[in-house]
Amino acid sequence: MQHIRLFIALSVLWAITQNSFAADTHGDDSEKEFDPMEMIMHHIADSHEWHVVSYNSNGEEKHITIPLPVILIDNGLHVFMSSAFHHGEELVKKGDTYYKLYHGKIYRTDASGTIAYDDNHEVTNSKPLDFSITRNVASMWLSIILIIWLFTSAAKRYRGPPSAPKGVQSFVEPLILFVRDDIAYAQIDKHKADRFLPFLLTLFFFIWINNLLGLIPFFPGGSNLTGNISLTLVLALITFFVTNFSGTKSYWGHIFWMPGVPVPIRLLLSVIEFIGLFTKPFALMIRLLANITAGHIIILSLFSLIFVMKSIAIAPVSVLMVLMMFMLELLVAVLQAYIFTLLSALFIGMAVASEEH
Amino acid sequence: MGLLTPDPGLVFWSALTFGLLVFILKRYAWKPILHAVKSREETIEYALAEAEKAKAEVEDLNATKIQIMNEAKDERDTLIKEARDLKQSMLDDAKHKAQEEADKIIASARMQIEREKNEAILQLKEKVAEFSVDIAGKLLEEELQTTDKQKAIIDKYLQEVNFN
Amino acid sequence: MEGLSLTTIGLGLIISGAAYGIGRIAQSAMEAMGRQPEISSKIQTAMIIAAALIEGAALFAIVVALMKG
Repeated sequence: MQHIRLFIALSVLWAITQNSFAADTHGDDSEKEFDPMEMIMHHIADSHEWHVVSYNSNGEEKHITIPLPVILIDNGLHVFMSSAFHHGEELVKKGDTYYKLYHGKIYRTDASGTIAYDDNHEVTNSKPLDFSITRNVASMWLSIILIIWLFTSAAKRYRGPPSAPKGVQSFVEPLILFVRDDIAYAQIDKHKADRFLPFLLTLFFFIWINNLLGLIPFFPGGSNLTGNISLTLVLALITFFVTNFSGTKSYWGHIFWMPGVPVPIRLLLSVIEFIGLFTKPFALMIRLLANITAGHIIILSLFSLIFVMKSIAIAPVSVLMVLMMFMLELLVAVLQAYIFTLLSALFIGMAVASEEH
Repeated sequence: MGLLTPDPGLVFWSALTFGLLVFILKRYAWKPILHAVKSREETIEYALAEAEKAKAEVEDLNATKIQIMNEAKDERDTLIKEARDLKQSMLDDAKHKAQEEADKIIASARMQIEREKNEAILQLKEKVAEFSVDIAGKLLEEELQTTDKQKAIIDKYLQEVNFN
Repeated sequence: MEGLSLTTIGLGLIISGAAYGIGRIAQSAMEAMGRQPEISSKIQTAMIIAAALIEGAALFAIVVALMKG
C-alpha cells in the first residue's frame, strides 16, 4: 500500500511538473490555453536538455534542467553545452552560422533567428548534422550502466564451485534461463542457438530496462527511448543483419527458388519472400515504437484531462486511470521486449534451420 | 511525421552503444553466467545420476543383506533341528539303557527272590520235618505206648501235608 | 488534424481489421489450450507469432496512412 501511495504522490508531482514544463514551451504567457497535444509531443520527442523539476518563484517559472552536450558536424566539429541556448531563447553562433534550438531540434538561422515554415507548417530551415548527446542518448547510457552493473555483479556470484543462486543472482537467473530456454532454444536449433544467445539476451534486457526507465515519470527516467524510431530502427537493423548474415544455403534457396512448386509460382514467391525480408524487421521497428509511444501518449492524455477540464475534481479519476495504465504499461514493457526478442529468435531460427524436407 | 523520421545522431549513438553493450555483456556477464549455469546443470545431472547409482547400490546391498540373513536363519533352523534331534536321540538312548538296566536289576532281584524263597521253603521243609519228627517222636512216644495204628495215621498225615 | 479526415477513417478500419484478426487468433488459441493444456506453451508461442504477423501488416498500413495523411 505504501508503495502505491508513494507512486500516486509522485505521479501527481510529475503531472504538475509536466504541466509547468508544457506551459514553458508556450513562452512567457502563463495564462495561455493548455495544449495537451503540444505537451505530449514535447514529452515523446527527444530533447537537448534533461528536465528535472520546474517551480514557481514570485510568479516566474524556474526550471532545473541538466544541460547536455551538443555536438554538431557543420563545416567542422562544434561542441558546446545546450545551456548556451537558454531553453531556445538565445542563438548560438559558431563560425559564420547561427544555430537556434526550436522545439527540441537545432536549425541553422540568420542573425535574428528567423524560423520559416512551408504550407504544411513544417520548418524549412536547414539542419546541421546533429550528433548531440540528447536526453535519449543520456538515458540510454544510464540504462546500459544499470544493465552492466546488474549483470556483471550477478556474474561475479557465479565464480567458484556451482551452488544455489543467491541475491541478485536469483533475480537474474530465471530471466536469463527464460530467454535461453523459452526464446532461444525454442526457436533456434539447440546446437546453433548458443552463438546468438548473447545478442538475444542483450536485446531482451536492453529493451525491457529501457521500457521501464521510460515509464519512470521523473528525472532519471521520463525519456521515450524505446518509443523513438531511431533506436527501434537500429535494433531492427541489427536483427536484420544477424539474420541474413547467418542464413544458410537452404534459407536463401527457400527465398529465391522455393523448392517443390511450379516455376511461375516460384517467381511470384521469390518476389514475396524478398519483400518479406524487409517487412519483417520493419514490423519489428514499428511495433516497438508504436506500443511504447502509444502507452506514453495514453498516460499523458489521461493526466492532461485535469488541465483540459481545469478542475481538481477530475484528478482522482484521472490518477486512478493513469495508475491502471501504468500497471498495463509495466506488462507491455516486458511483453514488447519478449515479442521483439522472440521474433528476432524466430527469424534467426528460420535462417539457420538445417534442411528438413 | 516527426515521429517516423530517424535522427542520424541518435541512430549513430544507439548503434554504437548497443554494440558496446553486447560486447561488454558477452564478455563479462553472459559467458560466465551461461557457462556456470551449464556446468551447474551438468553437476546436478551428474549428482542425480550418482544418487540413482548409490540408491541402486544400497538396494543391492539390502538384497544381499536379506539373502545373508535368510541363509543365516536357515542355518540356525537346521542347527536347532539337529540339536533337538540329538537331544531326542540321547534321551531315547538314556531311557533305553535305563530300561535295560532296570530290567536287569529286576530280573536279578527276581532270581534272588526265587532263590531265597526256595531256600526258605527248604528250610521250612526241614523245620517242618523236624517238627514232624518231634511231633512224630512225641506221638510215637505216645503211640508207641498205645498202638502201631496211630503211627500209621501220622505217616499218612505227613504225606497229605502239602507245602506248596 | 481538424475534423474527420480520410486518414482517421483509414486508421479506424485498420485497427478494426487487426483487432478482429488478433481476436480470432486469441479465441482459437484459448480453445486449443482448453482442449490440450499440456501443449499450451507451444500454442502460446504460435499465437504470439501469428498475432505479431497481423500486427506487422496493420502497423505497415498505419505508417502508410500517417505518411500519406
